[in-house]
Amino acid sequence: MDDFIAARSQMALSLGFHIIFSCIGMVMPFFMAVSHYKWLKTNDEMYKNLTKAWSKGVAIFFATGAVSGTMLSFELGLLWPKFMDHAGPIFGMPFSLEGTAFFIEAIALGFFLYGWNKLNKWFHWFTGMVVGVSGLASGILVVAANAWMNSPAGFDFVNGQYLNIDPIQAMFNKAWFTQALHMCLAAFTATGFAVAGVHALMILRDRNTYFHLKAFKIAAVFACIAALLQPLSGDISAKDVAKRQPAKLAAMEALYKTEKPAPLLIGGIVNEKDKSVTGAIKIPGALSFLAHGNFKAEVKGLDQIPENEHPPVAITHYAFQIMVGIGTLLLFISLTYFFTLLKKKSLIEKRWLLKLFVLAIPLGYLALEAGWVVTEVGRQPWIIYGIMRTRDAVTPMPGIAYSFYIFTAIYLSLSIIVTFLLYRQIKMVPVLYDKVESNTHLHS
Amino acid sequence: MIKSNPILICIAKYEQHEANLINQYNQNTGVIILNMKEVVITFLCMAILLYFLLGGADFGAGIIELFTSTKNRSRTRKTMYHAIGPVWEANHMWLIIAIVILFVGFPFIYTTMSVYLHIPLAIMLIGIIARGTAFVFRHYDAVKDDMQWLYNRIFRYSSFITALFLGIIAGSLISGHIDAQATDFYTAYISGWLNWFSVAVGFFTVSLCGFLAAIYLIGETTETHDKRRFIKKAMFMNVAAVVFGAMVFVAAQRDKIPLIDWVFKSQVGLSAIILASLSLMLLWYLLIKGKTKVLRILAGFQVTMILLAISYAHFPNFIRLKSGDSISLLETAGPDKTIYSLGLALLLGSVLILPFLGYLFYKFQKKEE
Repeated sequence: MDDFIAARSQMALSLGFHIIFSCIGMVMPFFMAVSHYKWLKTNDEMYKNLTKAWSKGVAIFFATGAVSGTMLSFELGLLWPKFMDHAGPIFGMPFSLEGTAFFIEAIALGFFLYGWNKLNKWFHWFTGMVVGVSGLASGILVVAANAWMNSPAGFDFVNGQYLNIDPIQAMFNKAWFTQALHMCLAAFTATGFAVAGVHALMILRDRNTYFHLKAFKIAAVFACIAALLQPLSGDISAKDVAKRQPAKLAAMEALYKTEKPAPLLIGGIVNEKDKSVTGAIKIPGALSFLAHGNFKAEVKGLDQIPENEHPPVAITHYAFQIMVGIGTLLLFISLTYFFTLLKKKSLIEKRWLLKLFVLAIPLGYLALEAGWVVTEVGRQPWIIYGIMRTRDAVTPMPGIAYSFYIFTAIYLSLSIIVTFLLYRQIKMVPVLYDKVESNTHLHS
Repeated sequence: MIKSNPILICIAKYEQHEANLINQYNQNTGVIILNMKEVVITFLCMAILLYFLLGGADFGAGIIELFTSTKNRSRTRKTMYHAIGPVWEANHMWLIIAIVILFVGFPFIYTTMSVYLHIPLAIMLIGIIARGTAFVFRHYDAVKDDMQWLYNRIFRYSSFITALFLGIIAGSLISGHIDAQATDFYTAYISGWLNWFSVAVGFFTVSLCGFLAAIYLIGETTETHDKRRFIKKAMFMNVAAVVFGAMVFVAAQRDKIPLIDWVFKSQVGLSAIILASLSLMLLWYLLIKGKTKVLRILAGFQVTMILLAISYAHFPNFIRLKSGDSISLLETAGPDKTIYSLGLALLLGSVLILPFLGYLFYKFQKKEE
């Protein structure tokens, strides 16, 4: 394996792994805070147990997210030293703030996990909220740093020199808000649907139904609100990308030729050699509208961009299709769920809806990963868009392929163990968190 | 012409005035930025020190477990879990703070380390990943069965390896073996860290971590039997530290590193080593007497003095290269604005973090009855 490809693969793998854990770490605390609040208000023990059960999961995910994040802060240098030589001082601001946010999150988590019976109950609840808020802040800050790679700002690039560096301007680059908004909503959607789906599965199996129903509702409401808002955020992002990174937009839609008006392609098979797409559904003028808010606007195709600045078209296009497709499906599930809530129908009877939620367990994360592929692969061949090429940033050390294999093995085994631990946590619910009471409730 | 035109004179005067103001402003901010550089370097040193003490004690807990007989292991594990459970995530944040300061403020140091110490850094990271997850998994696995065997083993060995490689990396930075002009793989990526001095520092670090952990654990148990066990461990680790410390000097001689000059020819180095030795004697006296109250402070002080003695003479040089050049914190600091905002972020962060962290330690401290 080529060292450059190996470095890119290792980075992609580490990020793809870390994203899932950090999303869970930043979203779950809010679910816990709701459940915890309900316990404090209603004194219903089941909410306390639910909070505890979830907190065990969060501890596992947080630790895994923390170590994989530590790994990433080194990996930037291990794999892309020439990038970090220049980029570190420019886009470092969000990282230094993120260090603080992450630190606070870790302290608050210590209080929250070990504070049962030791702290004032409202202070205890507050520490749980701090975990969530600082986690969310960390997420936004890290995404702001990534946004800088897509939309470099806060310096002048003169004759290969990075001059007049302004870290604050770099942090508030043009892409930070759209990317952070989209990421946060994605985190809530993906985690919400995954959690709701797992509890839906337990309801369908008729295990500790009341317990799982309570859990399901909290997670599902968060997930569905986020899924309803996500298309709006997606629209803002698309218009932003059209303006800033026309090559990425063209790759997302496999638009090889500049067109006016440009059609929206759904699906289709990309042939990178012939620069053509076959079998796609075309909606005339729709891409013009999505990119520029006007059905007749011109959309820049890849023909207007030098060939050596083209991102990989097929991967970007497919990933974009997966993201949008899943997003749309989750939007419909959300609408159906809210409709059911409005009609005040019993969820237990709507088994098909619960089954849809079970189906959605992996889907949110799949869409989230696909979205990251769109952002990152769509940015290629640049590591700093328009300024530095990824290939020029890679470490001079040979043999990165071995490093890639080793870390693949590590992340793979970690994924297996975490899944296994989660399975055990869920299996032990009747023993640890909901001692048959709710079942007798239901059957009496 | 210009002289005769009053408006232009006015403008010229105003421009002069403005230029003076800007000049003054630049001078003022210059002073602030100069101070900020020191603020940032202070934070970096603090973060490294705290990671060494707190994270080190945490690695040490795994190392202690590794050197505990099978029948006592579960007791050690329990004490350890109660002792470091609530604070262990926070203890590892110091590494992140240190690395962020390096890559934002001192990118050249960060990337030089990353390139030439790629292999030991990667091994240390594998260790961090393995022990961090194993520590949490073994506690949060809802079913306690044979899997515990696996978690325990991973935790113990990876704690040892992480501390070893942390020490190897620290040793390599000052060993002068890193060769930025190397043309072959071995000189560039292996011999920079695989040398007698670095490895000796690695083992020295392992013993110091074990020592810190044992001292920390003494205060976390109320059982006399366990207390005595941890006191013995502390003594054992301390002897190991002295032995490996001596080996570090021998290795330094062999690798032609002026360690003796650094430690004994500088006043600060010499005072630090004298203070460390004095505190060592006091510590042994207290250990034998079984008085455990001030042990932690003494142990922390001792390790701080050792680090000071080793690093003071070549400070602010952070990396010594084979060519004889050094990479200095002061000379390679990033642009002024970056340092300024980094310093502000750190100051702001510490206002938020330190009281909260202090309260966490206070709240979960084992009260000595």
